[in-house]
Amino acid sequence: MMAQPATPATLKPQLMTDPVLQKRPENRVWKKFRSHRSAMLGGLLVGLFVLMAVFAPILPIPDPTATDWGAVRQAPSAAHWLGTDEIGRDVLSRLVWGAQASLLAGVISVGIAVAFGVPMGILAGYFGGWTDGIISRCTEALLAVPFLILAIALAAFLGPSLTNAMIAIGLSATPVFVRLTRGQVISVKAEDFVEGAHAIGLSTPKILSRYIFPNILPPVLVQATLTIATAIIAEASLSFLGLGQQPPAPSWGSMLNTAKNFLSQAPWMAMWPGIAIFLVVLGFNLLGDGLRDALDPREH
Amino acid sequence: MNQPLLEVENLRFRFRGQEQDVVQDVSFRLGRNETLCIVGESGCGKSVTALALMGLLPQDSVQFGAGRIRFDGETFAPGDHDRIAKMRGDRMAMIFQEPMTSLNPAFRIGDQIAEAVERHRNCGHAAARARALEMLGKVGIPAPEQRFDAYPHQLSGGMRQRVMIAMALANDPELLIADEPTTALDVTVQAQILELIAELQAETGMGTIMITHDLGVVAEIATNVAVMYAGQVVEYGSARSIFENPQHPYTIGLMASVPSLTGPRRRLSTVPGVVPAIGQMPEGCRFSSRCPFAAPVCAARPDLAEQDPGHRVACHFAPLEQTLERSA
Repeated sequence: MMAQPATPATLKPQLMTDPVLQKRPENRVWKKFRSHRSAMLGGLLVGLFVLMAVFAPILPIPDPTATDWGAVRQAPSAAHWLGTDEIGRDVLSRLVWGAQASLLAGVISVGIAVAFGVPMGILAGYFGGWTDGIISRCTEALLAVPFLILAIALAAFLGPSLTNAMIAIGLSATPVFVRLTRGQVISVKAEDFVEGAHAIGLSTPKILSRYIFPNILPPVLVQATLTIATAIIAEASLSFLGLGQQPPAPSWGSMLNTAKNFLSQAPWMAMWPGIAIFLVVLGFNLLGDGLRDALDPREH
Repeated sequence: MNQPLLEVENLRFRFRGQEQDVVQDVSFRLGRNETLCIVGESGCGKSVTALALMGLLPQDSVQFGAGRIRFDGETFAPGDHDRIAKMRGDRMAMIFQEPMTSLNPAFRIGDQIAEAVERHRNCGHAAARARALEMLGKVGIPAPEQRFDAYPHQLSGGMRQRVMIAMALANDPELLIADEPTTALDVTVQAQILELIAELQAETGMGTIMITHDLGVVAEIATNVAVMYAGQVVEYGSARSIFENPQHPYTIGLMASVPSLTGPRRRLSTVPGVVPAIGQMPEGCRFSSRCPFAAPVCAARPDLAEQDPGHRVACHFAPLEQTLERSA
């Protein structure tokens, strides 16, 4: 803390132990989140996959692209815990490395959607008029096309690669964020404190960045978490269709794609990536729900 | 009389697409260290007048008529938003009715005050923070160096209103507009807040415009009173002359509808009806639709004419005593 101007010394002692001041506001959200069991489970699942993705290079697992023609489509064993695939690659290793592609795709594509959608939504909501008209009509046009179809079309247009898949998914998810942000901004800008900000003479960029943006953040955060789950499924779908991660790099979607040809002979090839997708999507959904409850101002 | 701080002449505006003016020919003057109370019931144009003075009405939906504002020797048109925007928050400040929602919930209160300082003074962040802390102490917030880091939801309504006052006065404005600053607070807290404003006013010599419908507050703090009805000033004068000798039937109605602590208990009188909506205002005197003295002559708009020195009334029948005597 900085140097203090003179204040009545007599007022100080009584409030040193003021419980209200001791309590940090972050704690309240965190506390609520912690007591939310399914949210914690979601966080645990997501955390597990994140650890897997981050530590993939140093885990004691074989190279995910190393083939072994002596061990093709082997059932789970001590040597290959989750079995091997059609050209003898270790499924566990590919699963762990695939987590990288999935999480990256989920986070980056949602990042793209937020980076485009939120500023557009703020402009539309705050300025209204023809700005809003143009942005909203474009958004509605994009929303009219089903999410996955749009992503497939974009990915096909951009060419098959993980990067392009992320861009495609990100752009397809943008309209949701535009709409959400716009609605939030319209309600926040009618608040008294925004008028107060005008009254102290703050500039529009300052009002947008300091008064509007922080107050629309919680719902955007929740939506982003839930959208990561959708984006992971979308990435798996695109990879399954051959429009995402390209072989031989591992991805859950492409693992499923090859596995579908060997369902009767080697069901584990399909089972493990399927379970992984299920768990990580479940994790993000639970996490998002938990965040929504913890950040809901009405329940404070 | 010396040069007044603020002189408003014939402030008049309407919202686009409406037939009638929302505020019509509002004039008043305010000296340094003086308090002007604008009183009237809900919907009579008090708040909108204040917002217009602060340049806070949405620019594209308001049409200003002629009329001018003279503030500290500078004259400008009421619609001159750029001019007003430069002074807003610096030389003229405003506090609002709802302390509960007037602070940004996402920021610490100290930072919010510092932000107002930084915006208008060419000073660094540290100096702004020091000023914010000083203001928190000044408005009577206990342990300001700890409260500095509090979020609005950690404070009570009275505390938040103190923070609002600190924010408004951080740049030593010459004019403070307070829009019903105590309406949302408990009675005891109300008194503290009014006292605080009066103290700070005595200290800085600022002029204050207080918007209220609480005549008790008016009696307490007003130098001058403007009674507004349906966007017009119907009576204007010193607090003393308004309370001792109210002339406009609306003012008399307002006074009569205040419960008295002494004297016989009787049914509280009311002014019948409500303020008519814009577009349904009667021609001429806008109060005529609710006035017990209404007569055909009221179809013409009465001037705000001087009755006694400094005491002006817009009623054809003023002074009322004579009218009553004549009709008796």
